[in-house]
Amino acid sequence: MTGAAIVLVTTFLASAVEAIEMVTIVVGVGATRGWRSTLLGAGSGFAVLAVVVVVFGLALSAIPIGPLRLVVGALLLVFGLQWFRKGVIRVAAHGLAGIRMKQQAEPVEWTGQGVDWVAFVVSFKGVVLEGLEVAFIVVTFGANADQLGAAVVGGAAAIVVIGAVGLVVRRLVLQIPRSLLQLVVGVLLTTFGTFWALEGLGVEWPGEDGAILGLLALYVVTAATYIAVERRRVLGFSAPA
Amino acid sequence: MRWIVGFGRFWYHFIIGDDWTVAVAIAAALVATAVLVSAHVNAWWLTPVVVVAMLGVSLRRASRGH
Repeated sequence: MTGAAIVLVTTFLASAVEAIEMVTIVVGVGATRGWRSTLLGAGSGFAVLAVVVVVFGLALSAIPIGPLRLVVGALLLVFGLQWFRKGVIRVAAHGLAGIRMKQQAEPVEWTGQGVDWVAFVVSFKGVVLEGLEVAFIVVTFGANADQLGAAVVGGAAAIVVIGAVGLVVRRLVLQIPRSLLQLVVGVLLTTFGTFWALEGLGVEWPGEDGAILGLLALYVVTAATYIAVERRRVLGFSAPA
Repeated sequence: MRWIVGFGRFWYHFIIGDDWTVAVAIAAALVATAVLVSAHVNAWWLTPVVVVAMLGVSLRRASRGH
């Protein structure tokens, strides 16, 4: 394999990890809140990203990613926890009975005429942060190996391929009832938010990026436990206060 | 003026939401983690513990409110 091919494959795989996080957020928010404002947020994120990449170019690696991770991560964590909490309450109340309902049975969160700024901001932040990380990977790999062209192709291909997978998965995601979807997206946002915020503070995660799976497992178990507790309360098994 | 109030209200609902104590607890956990990290303690565990605990507290409070 030539040097350019190695750089291309390495950049593709490293960028794909970041692109998966980006697409997970956009698809989750779009399916829960509606697609128009979510895609508007994602498109604006890509526009800002393009301007930043054009203006800074190779100087991108000088931008301090730590504070950016802390701010975006903290906001996603606090916001994700709200959906996590609402998701637990709604799934405990309705169960998974609606899992085969037609999507019209549960309307999306936002039905207004204007822009849904919640969907816009969450989608925008996910695209800008993850897109910047892809740009850092491209610049670092490309500049160090003197193969910037191959690195740019690898990074761009990762976003296109993972984005296409997201488009396909979107149809499956729409089959999930909104209450369960809100819980799933809440758990995912809380997971990424916790990971990024603490990375931004300089914490060294055990297992590095693998810690995301550990956090996800912890929050899934937490959700299952609290749903069981809430269901007992809803069904009237709790002792009277 | 109305635009500024609306802008502020959006960010309050976006960040704080229904239960302000959760946002305050998470902010406190992040500050405590920053202090511990500056003292060379790799406190990766603190914020996840606070997240799980505060979620339980907030859910309990919500269920009592109904």
